[in-house]
Amino acid sequence: MLEIYRQMVLIRRFEEKAGQLYGMGQIGGFCHLYIGQEAVVVGIQSVARPEDSVVTSYRDHGHMLACDMDAGGVMAELTGRKDGYSRGKGGSMHMFSREKNFYGGHGIVAAQVPIGAGLAFAHKYTGDGGVNMAYLGDGAANQGQVYETFNMAALWSLPVIFVIENNQYGMGTSVSRAAAGQELADRGKAYGIPGIQVDGMDVLAVRSAAEEALAHCRAGKGPYILEMKTYRYRGHSMSDPAKYRTREEVDAMRKQHDPIEQLRDVLLREGAEEAQLKELDQQVKKIVGDAADFALASPEPDASELYTDIIVA
Amino acid sequence: MAIEIKMPALSPTMTEGRLSRWLVGTGDKVASGDVIAEIETDKATMEVEAIDEGTIGAIHVQEGTDGVAVGAVIATLLEEGETELPAPSAAPVAAEAAPETVETAPETAPEIAPETAVSEPVPAGIPATVAAPASTPVGANPDWQGPTRTMTVREALRDAMAEEMRRDERIFVMGEEVAEYQGAYKVTQGLLEEFSAKRVIDTPITEHGFAGLGVGAAFGDLRPVIEFMTFNFSMQAIDHIINSAAKTLYMSGGQMGCPIVFRGPNGAASRVAAQHSQCYASWYAHCPGLKVVSPWSAADAKGLLKAAIRDPNPVIFLENEVMYGQSFDVPEAEDWVVPIGRANIVRPGSDVTITAFSIMVGKALEAADALASVGIDAEVIDLRSLRPLDSETILASVKKTGRMISCEEGFPFAGIGAELAMQVMEGAFDYLDAPVMRITGKDVPMPYAANLEALALPQITDIVEAGKAVCYRSGGQ
Repeated sequence: MLEIYRQMVLIRRFEEKAGQLYGMGQIGGFCHLYIGQEAVVVGIQSVARPEDSVVTSYRDHGHMLACDMDAGGVMAELTGRKDGYSRGKGGSMHMFSREKNFYGGHGIVAAQVPIGAGLAFAHKYTGDGGVNMAYLGDGAANQGQVYETFNMAALWSLPVIFVIENNQYGMGTSVSRAAAGQELADRGKAYGIPGIQVDGMDVLAVRSAAEEALAHCRAGKGPYILEMKTYRYRGHSMSDPAKYRTREEVDAMRKQHDPIEQLRDVLLREGAEEAQLKELDQQVKKIVGDAADFALASPEPDASELYTDIIVA
Repeated sequence: MAIEIKMPALSPTMTEGRLSRWLVGTGDKVASGDVIAEIETDKATMEVEAIDEGTIGAIHVQEGTDGVAVGAVIATLLEEGETELPAPSAAPVAAEAAPETVETAPETAPEIAPETAVSEPVPAGIPATVAAPASTPVGANPDWQGPTRTMTVREALRDAMAEEMRRDERIFVMGEEVAEYQGAYKVTQGLLEEFSAKRVIDTPITEHGFAGLGVGAAFGDLRPVIEFMTFNFSMQAIDHIINSAAKTLYMSGGQMGCPIVFRGPNGAASRVAAQHSQCYASWYAHCPGLKVVSPWSAADAKGLLKAAIRDPNPVIFLENEVMYGQSFDVPEAEDWVVPIGRANIVRPGSDVTITAFSIMVGKALEAADALASVGIDAEVIDLRSLRPLDSETILASVKKTGRMISCEEGFPFAGIGAELAMQVMEGAFDYLDAPVMRITGKDVPMPYAANLEALALPQITDIVEAGKAVCYRSGGQ
């Protein structure tokens, strides 16, 4: 439980730092922050096994940290430096760690969904017992390839959990303006894929839903859909003025539903010491500070890197 | 009046077939809709139904006959009251009599030099359209002196997949109709039986989805061979081919790539019009991170497909439907692998370099024969691989001949020819004695009408005329 708390705080502080570095011009291009959604990936990955694989969209920093990837390596990729996970050639949206079974980081909305099913296909083909977690947003849930994938995943009973992170806005368009039928958990009904809606701001609810979904997949019963009702506090990307929603709406979420505060309350109720949590906060602060220092100290990739890694020789 | 029952065309590219079985005999009464025979095309076994009613008067082609030409009279149907059997209007046709199935054996074509013994000689007049020879034994494998076996491109591709699948458990084949149907063009024939449904997988008709799924499986350390029924349908999936497969190695800083083969027929088939007749060579060759291969001969089809499956990169493998049934000599090697990235000089010459790939190689060779008859000695290079391109071989040839013609079926604008011309400018400009010319498909969507289709496709005569032009022989010989 404390580890779950620590990971959520780590993601929060990491993203705040990334936002800060973006403002300083140290991070370029697009930068999509995960602040507010931490409970989703932390809750799910807390019950995953090492052989399970993960694939997600461009809002991927939190997923990498939850997969135990190194904060310094992720931050150095954000700053476009040689010690980044992709040697500075991928950036915020494109990072991978075969070692941690994290397969990206995909910049094309919903492209990760069939890729996740492909990883699940490989799990089943090799019989390694793994399950793929394919994370997608509510915006991606309207893409055609998602339904092509649902069909094949169900047809072939692939061990994949489609985690729809419904943060209520696909960029600036609310779910109600984009989706006919807003119950995204039901989107697999036509394919016989069970789906449940979960309070994605409550990490414990997320965790138990993930346990159920994983058990389903591990039993060979095919795919499962988890619709996580969540919320992102920041804009779609750093350049989003977020005029499509009110400040009051965001503030209400932060005050009443913040996933970290909710867990903090639970922990304190169940006997954790305030000092203990403070100590964790300090640990995280140091990790993030070190990661930022590392990311800023790392040199830019050598010019010769321009022509490497295009083709495996 | 007796009705002639003719060998039907059962697919856009069928020119002949095997009359495998008669279900009726002389004297049997048939009604329209009755199944009277079974015909085996290069793709499938089909039932032939009677169109008219009557009594079978005579059977002209016995069951078990191979190579029966489309349009040949196979039986005669007597209408009510008729008893006499008129002579069929055409002679009974069997394999030996069908001109398009004649093997161009050296002894029947002694005027062709052995190294160019690829087809029948083209008369000086140059035919407007020339059917590709059904059998083309060629010395296309300069690296191989051992025994060979004649087989079709289709069989060569199948053998390549089967041999690789035996070698590596991680390889699987996925696509529409690849398993139970045995392949829409029969390229995957027999694979399901040998390798089971685990490794030969029929997909729903969802190219975008299964291309992406294949990419994921490759990330998961499998070795997918994804068949597109034709490359036209790969447009549905091109995002995964480019954004997910081709770019991942770079985007991951070399940490993980995507070992996958996307294969299937590319370019024009026959009379299937705009949405089913396009060459995607330049589209895919444009993109870093991909390898793009497009073989002509069966030997290269086999050797390059094996190389593609073993390659750790995403490989686009462009086949040609019209070529599937053509036969070539294929090395009887235990493991015939042709390295990707090497062009093949299929006909050496000194006056002009003609580059081509896939089906255009055959046309270029026929054009070269025609040019020889007017004293122009053309060198024909089968590019085989478009990315990486064997610039070295092309430039060396152009430096020798001083002239180049690029041939492709694709559109001219930003095509392979445009790239080749630029490379020659950069690498052999001072050697050029004439501007580079390109022979391409016309800059129009493929029309359906037979005459317009022929006009849209690059023809042998176009290559011959270009050959004369770059040698400044247009004004007469």
